[in-house]
Amino acid sequence: MSELDFTVKIGNKLTLKNPVMLASGTVGYGNEISEFLDLSEIGAIVTKSISLKPRKGNPPQRVVETTGGMLNAIGLANVGVEKFISEKLPFLEKVNSTLICNIAASSVEEYTECVKILDKYKIIKGFEINVSCPNVKDGGLIFGNNLEAVAGITEKVRVVTEKPVIIKLSPNVSNIAEFAKVAKERGADAVSAINTLVGTAFDIYTRRPKIKNITGGLSGPAIKPVALAKVFEISRNVDIPIIGIGGISKWEDAIEFMIAGASAFQLGTINFVNPKAAKEILEGVKNYCLQNNIKEISGLTGSYEL
Amino acid sequence: MTIENYVILRNKKLTEKTFELTIDAPELARLSEPGQFCNIKVSGELIPLLRRPFSISQVSGTEVTFMIAVTGTGTGILAKKQTGDELNVLGPLGKGFGIDDTFETAILIAGGIGVAPFPFLINKLKEQGKEIILFNGARNSAELIKLNFENELNSTDDGSAGLKGNVIDLLHANRKLFVNKNVKVFGCGPHPMLKALQDYCSTGNLNCEISVESNMACGFGICQGCPVHSASEDKYYLICKDGPVFNSRDIIL
Repeated sequence: MSELDFTVKIGNKLTLKNPVMLASGTVGYGNEISEFLDLSEIGAIVTKSISLKPRKGNPPQRVVETTGGMLNAIGLANVGVEKFISEKLPFLEKVNSTLICNIAASSVEEYTECVKILDKYKIIKGFEINVSCPNVKDGGLIFGNNLEAVAGITEKVRVVTEKPVIIKLSPNVSNIAEFAKVAKERGADAVSAINTLVGTAFDIYTRRPKIKNITGGLSGPAIKPVALAKVFEISRNVDIPIIGIGGISKWEDAIEFMIAGASAFQLGTINFVNPKAAKEILEGVKNYCLQNNIKEISGLTGSYEL
Repeated sequence: MTIENYVILRNKKLTEKTFELTIDAPELARLSEPGQFCNIKVSGELIPLLRRPFSISQVSGTEVTFMIAVTGTGTGILAKKQTGDELNVLGPLGKGFGIDDTFETAILIAGGIGVAPFPFLINKLKEQGKEIILFNGARNSAELIKLNFENELNSTDDGSAGLKGNVIDLLHANRKLFVNKNVKVFGCGPHPMLKALQDYCSTGNLNCEISVESNMACGFGICQGCPVHSASEDKYYLICKDGPVFNSRDIIL
């Protein structure tokens, strides 16, 4: 019996040793979670969103648990591109991770400027463009809801880098496939779907929102069916590699995403609960392939039967 | 920082709404310092999803104890745990109390379940030969978690035990016990109490450390969900990683 081929290709430019990725905003810049995980064994790590200048983030409360999920309104708190390069990049290089930088911005110029600065670092294997953060006033979801804005950002970022460009799509739209189509037309190598869903929660005694920002991004197991449907919708309508994200908490969930059309998948909220989840899910997916006589994991992508 | 399943040795009821869970956890016991916390998964299920943070209340040999108040679903599940059940614990986390300074007398201020980290702190302070005074307050006598420490003074909002008033009133009323001494203050309790303590220590120019509570998801710095604003710079600290213990001068509550 031949060995299981666990590599996945995300477009023509990016090959990962396996389909397990760690989602932006759920593993910081890798240093904390590396106490639990060998980052060199993970398909790829996507950094916390990096912006041109440091961002302080939103005031507390930033997080609250909801049934089977959580709301967050962190507000893209991050060290900024300069400090990322001087303080965070050396570690990610040392641990031999496959690194994707997630970029957040409040203008098209800020996106391109940030990508330009980071492009020369060999360890950075691609960029995930965050056009869908629901928790900042400037930029974020304003872009993610607007087809022309997503088109413009993709086009401009495409010009400044040869590296893979992944557009992280918002689920807070009525037709996500249109967004994936525009991203493909303007030169994106892949899309990742989905970012968080806008949600809120109230304290019934104080009658105040449970998070200071009033609304936050819903993540965790609660959103998995929505995320799967979005991935499936893109997969059926647009020929572009999809990275599936949304509530994956066990290996069965990951397989589901691949069947629905994802070439790879990202783990998010589950990293907070079980920082070793990536390793456990990787093992589970491997066993599934062995037990079901699957020789190439990539064969699972879009293998649904209707 | 470790993540392990541990066997529960005891679940001891303290008051109507509070209890102590003790686990056998040699490595955790060895690594823990007073003021640090653990993030505990209350069950193997996805609901409740997130871990719950609790102060390390006591370390004795290989045993680690958490003092917990039932405030919702997660703590309700923990309250029902029995000897022999397993508990998934991530810890020790955060920065604990600073006890190596040159103070002679430790003033401990607890409000309600805020007394949780003090049994462990008292042990360590005793080892260092410090004088310790515990000011321990609660809403009423039924909710008061007395540590039965030899130098403990109590207050209750309704006067059903100790001084009638809050724990800051109690501190004020007993100033003579420490006014001329080289003291360090350690506080843990609800935000209004900690704010009042910040003011009290700022006015009296007392060195004070406070342990701050927050919602948090991960407990070790990756979710960025537990900010507290710096008093000196335009930035947030993370309660899980930079705290939960801060010098009272360093943060704005």
